[in-house]
Amino acid sequence: MTTNVAASFQYHAPSSVEEACRLLAKYKGGAKLLAGGHSLLPLVKLRLATPEALIDLSRIKGLSYVKAGRKGLAIGAMTTYYDIESSDVVKKAAPVLADAAAQVADTQVRNAGTLGGSLAHSDPAGDLPAVVLALGAELEVHTARGSRTISVDNFFRDLLTTALRPNEVLTEIRIPPLPARTGTAYVKLANKASHYAVVGVAAVVTLDKAGVCAAARVAVTGAGPHAVRAKRTERILIGKKLSALVIRRAAERAGAEIGDGFNSDIHASAEYRAAMTIVFAERALTEAVGRV
Amino acid sequence: MPIQTQITVTVNGTRHTNPVEPRLLLAHYLREVLNLTGTHIGCDTSSCGACTVLLNGKAVKSCTVLAVQADGGNVTTVEGLAKDGKYHAVQQGFWDKHGLQCGFCTPGMMITAVQILERNPNPTEAEIRRGLRGNLCRCTGYHNIVEAVKAAAAASRAGGRKR
Repeated sequence: MTTNVAASFQYHAPSSVEEACRLLAKYKGGAKLLAGGHSLLPLVKLRLATPEALIDLSRIKGLSYVKAGRKGLAIGAMTTYYDIESSDVVKKAAPVLADAAAQVADTQVRNAGTLGGSLAHSDPAGDLPAVVLALGAELEVHTARGSRTISVDNFFRDLLTTALRPNEVLTEIRIPPLPARTGTAYVKLANKASHYAVVGVAAVVTLDKAGVCAAARVAVTGAGPHAVRAKRTERILIGKKLSALVIRRAAERAGAEIGDGFNSDIHASAEYRAAMTIVFAERALTEAVGRV
Repeated sequence: MPIQTQITVTVNGTRHTNPVEPRLLLAHYLREVLNLTGTHIGCDTSSCGACTVLLNGKAVKSCTVLAVQADGGNVTTVEGLAKDGKYHAVQQGFWDKHGLQCGFCTPGMMITAVQILERNPNPTEAEIRRGLRGNLCRCTGYHNIVEAVKAAAAASRAGGRKR
């Protein structure tokens, strides 16, 4: 049978985050963390990635949870898409996250893939990076010596590249509470076979009592090398009543931060992605405003 | 000398302990080490779902899981669905409604269908189709596959009432 066979690698299944960090340090960048494996293993099978070792985080207890508190939601990095989409706590506190998790790939992938894995991998077509950007999440990361918090605004850096250092493990995703009169939405143009986002847009919009936009966070995935905030779009929305015309005008700027960096591949040309970014930004904003 | 590690996996109720290379996929472990060839490998890129098995109760694509990840776990393959010589409701549904053409996708379809019905014993047609989104049938026999899952759901509900 013709099949994809990975190059040999060492396998470690540490039982604590500290041990995982020590192993990362030991391999000096030659090891990869294995979460759900649904981004990493396909790359390893094709030998596009040839890590010296895989460090499996699934045996570490206490990395899969959803907790709600006054400061919002805290979600363990190893929480699967299925656990997120089926969590009543997430549905109540951050419905857009549950909704987006349910749009990822298919039943089997959602059973295995994790929120932390999706963010740390930073696939340009991943769904969840845009959603956590729009939600203004904070990410907790650990090393053998301590921890630090990274704002999601500073997390995604480039194609498959994040602010995570080679010796760091992402452990928790914290999502601040949504203010009153806030509507949220995530919509995407899904690839028909993989259901990856050719273009996906997440929107979190808050109106004041008079119906004027008080806050807006909009993020785009699939379009460029990594998920980005559409800050020009946000600026057009804030301070205005969100008529269909204002939404349209704001959506037209949703690709501004991507500039000439639109992806072009067999699924869609850069020009098509730029056009669809506007269409899906308009849909996301219209849905979000409708849910306030 | 290839890197080897020992794993113990319970497959369809039977415990197996084997040395494996970390790079060995669960699909290959089942087919080539345990000779359970009911689990098929189609696309080998986690798209088609032919290799779907239950790992600790969750449907996963075994071409995208390492055998070492299943260490200590429970796996159910298509060979484990029938009990005491009696077909699982999902198997009976596929038989009754002719839910297959060439049969290549069928083991994965049936395992995913088991998961769908465990989570939602009374799914709508739309929910069945959505649940099967990760299973591709190259004969395009989806119509009867969906009918088979509907029949299995109805039979399971009726069976539950009798008990």
